[in-house]
Amino acid sequence: MKLAALAGFAAALTIAPALMIAGAAHAQISGDVVKIGVMNDMSGLYADITGPGSAEAARMAIADFGGTVNGKKIELVTADHQNKPDVGGAIARQWYDNDGVDAIVDVPTSSVALAVQDLARTKQKAFLISGAASSDLTGKACGPTSVHWTYDTVALANGTGSAVVKAGGDSWFFITADYAFGHALERDTATVVKASGGKVLGQVRVPLNTPDFSSYLLQAQASKAKIIGLANAGGDTINSIKQAAEFGIVAGGQKLAGLLVFITDVHSLGLKTANGLQLTEAFYWDQNDASRAWSKRFFEKMNRQPSMVQAGVYGAITHYLNAIKATGSDDAVAVVKKMKETPVNDFMTQNGKIREDGRLVRDMYLFEVKKPEESKGPFDYYKQVGTIPGEEAFKRPAGNECPLVKG
Amino acid sequence: MLDWLHIPMPPAPLLFAQLLVGLINGAFYAMLSLGLAVIFGLLNIINFTHGAQYMLGAFCAWFLLNGLGIGYWPALIIAPVVVGFSGIVIERVFLRQIAGLDHLYGLLLTFGLALIIEGGFRQAYGSSGQPYTIPAELQGAQNLGFMFLPNYRAWVIVASLGVCLATWFVIERTRLGAYLRAATENPVLVQAFGIDVPRMVTLTYGAGVGLAALAGVMAAPIYQVSPLMGTNIIIVVFAVVVIGGMGSILGAIVSGFGLGLIEGLTKVFYPEASNTVIFVIMAIVLLVKPAGLFGRAA
Repeated sequence: MKLAALAGFAAALTIAPALMIAGAAHAQISGDVVKIGVMNDMSGLYADITGPGSAEAARMAIADFGGTVNGKKIELVTADHQNKPDVGGAIARQWYDNDGVDAIVDVPTSSVALAVQDLARTKQKAFLISGAASSDLTGKACGPTSVHWTYDTVALANGTGSAVVKAGGDSWFFITADYAFGHALERDTATVVKASGGKVLGQVRVPLNTPDFSSYLLQAQASKAKIIGLANAGGDTINSIKQAAEFGIVAGGQKLAGLLVFITDVHSLGLKTANGLQLTEAFYWDQNDASRAWSKRFFEKMNRQPSMVQAGVYGAITHYLNAIKATGSDDAVAVVKKMKETPVNDFMTQNGKIREDGRLVRDMYLFEVKKPEESKGPFDYYKQVGTIPGEEAFKRPAGNECPLVKG
Repeated sequence: MLDWLHIPMPPAPLLFAQLLVGLINGAFYAMLSLGLAVIFGLLNIINFTHGAQYMLGAFCAWFLLNGLGIGYWPALIIAPVVVGFSGIVIERVFLRQIAGLDHLYGLLLTFGLALIIEGGFRQAYGSSGQPYTIPAELQGAQNLGFMFLPNYRAWVIVASLGVCLATWFVIERTRLGAYLRAATENPVLVQAFGIDVPRMVTLTYGAGVGLAALAGVMAAPIYQVSPLMGTNIIIVVFAVVVIGGMGSILGAIVSGFGLGLIEGLTKVFYPEASNTVIFVIMAIVLLVKPAGLFGRAA
């Protein structure tokens, strides 16, 4: 057996140089399998945004890649981190240390993502972030083997935050989810608001997964701020927007700025409540032929249109597998380096480039939610009102503390 | 008053508004803990399915509206009856088998049922929830000077107070209630007097479940109709029942509204702790008065 392989190798040496490269690559894929682990909230308040839909997007990416890379099988494992950093950390440790997982993907809930990021950095394993938003993941907590793919709090602030200030919303009160993500989103948006000449009148920090926001909405109302910035996500955003309507916040002259709103949230709220909201997303299924074609395939599997996070999972995994193919190795440092050297072009990203700190710089889009009479049916929800070029969207007004970035 | 804590006192109007909002949340706690207390008092079962049954009530209202075009008001009657009937089936098929065994069996069984029901709905409807609009008659709001009170929330307070008082009256002041209480103390003796105790137990469970469903219908227009809505509230409601005293009807009502108020105040002074304050109180009550504020020591 060994002899035959050696003979083959010798033959390859003399006959076909291309075969030799493939032969050499064999040796560098650990465990003879590329294992991808999708970890997210499979059943809680972020399950519709990420959850089983992200796992399905990963499955599609692997199938489209042909199921193998350089002759080695690609495997998928999934897990539910329940939005708890300790649970997520334990799964990540198990995956990286014992189960031979090469890359962990998605991981919404920034507090969990930061825990996984620490492990990925110390164990030199790949971490492809789509669901989490905190800009700290490519800021002070950045890592050489991580790529932050879809969006982040800086882009949301530069998108929605800056658009709202330009439209005259110059005094803000924040209703903030009380964990890493909410804090980062509030901080990054406040920076943009102040830089654009606006001011922040106050904020209230609300525990994650709160059913009743009326108390916080009343505090926001009493602040007399023109804009109530919702630095939360998923079910929390849905409940705060719905209850704001009930308490006559918008009727009273104040405006809501949903800083992170997903299409699944709009679907859940209904256009009657959500119409007129401005929001920043990296992807909308009905943008062009490529996005529609991909989303149609997703819809056939999941019976709902994909969120930008789910679309991002597909893009990130495809780019990662291409880098493995090119380098012939699953060594995270080499693969992520290759990912950074290669421009990203797929159905949702044009001419994207991964920065040294791990941030994928891509165009972001400003959307407005349609009025009920403008919509042709379920998921026909957005009209695009602007494009924010990548350089502008991911520019940090306060500079970057990431140690990977020199100077 | 609270200067020594370096916490600024909010202006009085805001404080009133927060108290009122706390009372509204308290109304839901009271209605849910009432059902739990009735079931525990008479069946000796810790009904962990209660949150799922509250969710079922909301979903039932949503189905009625979107599937059959039946609005909010009929749903207030239909949903509790339908969900209550499903409770009767659960009692007959499952709970009856474990009657007389340790509390733990009932707890595990109902907890498992809750997981199955919620998991099924999550699979079918996702976790974000479905919208349910406020009925036309109760849309709009009143400007009370110190706050903007949505008409629907005012209705919730009034309705839930009515439901709580009616339940208390039936159990504590009527002949039927007397039978129920007697059956709790000594089922064999009550049966000897010619009263069908097993049927009474079944109907009581159905009624307790119906109360949860009623709360679910009332919650539907405020929160999303979501498979997770029960999980979010049930733990708090259990804490409320423990504080009030397991099985005490009056305790459930008073501590439901009272804890709603305390939670409301926490949201003003230290919002970060608003989802922990009830459990802190529960721990203190358990230390000082293990049977709960209104409970009798076993």
